[in-house]
Amino acid sequence: MEKLLVYISGLLFGLGVSIGGMANPAKVQNFFDVAGAWDPSLILVMGGALAVTAPGYWFLFKRGKPMFASAFSVPTNRTIDTKLVAGSAVFGIGWGIAGFCPGASIPVLSTLNPDVLIFTASLIGGVLIAKGAMKMTANRKAAAQAA
Amino acid sequence: MEVIETAFTPWASLIGGLLIGLGTVLLMAVRGNVLGATGILAGFMTPSSSSDWAWRAVMILGMISAPIAILLATGSFPAIEVPVNRWMMIVGGIIVGVGVTYGSGCTSGHGVCGVARLSPRSITATISFMLTAGITVYILRHVIGG
Repeated sequence: MEKLLVYISGLLFGLGVSIGGMANPAKVQNFFDVAGAWDPSLILVMGGALAVTAPGYWFLFKRGKPMFASAFSVPTNRTIDTKLVAGSAVFGIGWGIAGFCPGASIPVLSTLNPDVLIFTASLIGGVLIAKGAMKMTANRKAAAQAA
Repeated sequence: MEVIETAFTPWASLIGGLLIGLGTVLLMAVRGNVLGATGILAGFMTPSSSSDWAWRAVMILGMISAPIAILLATGSFPAIEVPVNRWMMIVGGIIVGVGVTYGSGCTSGHGVCGVARLSPRSITATISFMLTAGITVYILRHVIGG
């Protein structure tokens, strides 16, 4: 039952991304091109998603706990640091260049569109590079503290 | 880079947004997890346990079923029009991967889940990536390409 509901959740997300135009790089870049071929559609994708998620989350959090877990696992980190702001800024640059974000490219992998496959493979490469770099930084810090 | 004109699709985009919201709320109701594509992908590649991997795999399976459902219902896959060349896809993809890992999230995790619960971190991150995406497209189209 739990698996089926998680599957439906992924399906709804994928349908939303596909129908909303979020997985169409031309539409994404045009959304950001206010000075040119502006297509404001994606504001409605974000607005529609928030219009359901904000009250939905509020209701769930007030009600207590999830169906198949003892508690909600929501990020608790509250610090706004350089890593968050700079990382997000870097993400935006890549999003602007390619026109795909991770949540948009993953659902449309099944179209086997070569650009989607290339983007997603590069995305995974970037995640692994960053994870490796973060581990190296952590190791160096630990070594410096031990010394 | 070329410019492909796209039509304003208010209804399709609004319905798409509502569906994303439904999927996002459903995952929170079922497992108590935020639906962030970055987190789901990262946890799928480097899982902390087999049960942690399994739900992410099912989630991704659900996601990739969507275009197939659309193909069966309408006779064609959702439109994917690419105005940029393959090099930009590779470079953009790597930059996105590095950015979302350091920034701990993307459009879905910060932009939808985080903003919906008014997380100051996510609101900050969302403003940050929306701004740089806008500046990047402006530079590519009107400074370099203009």
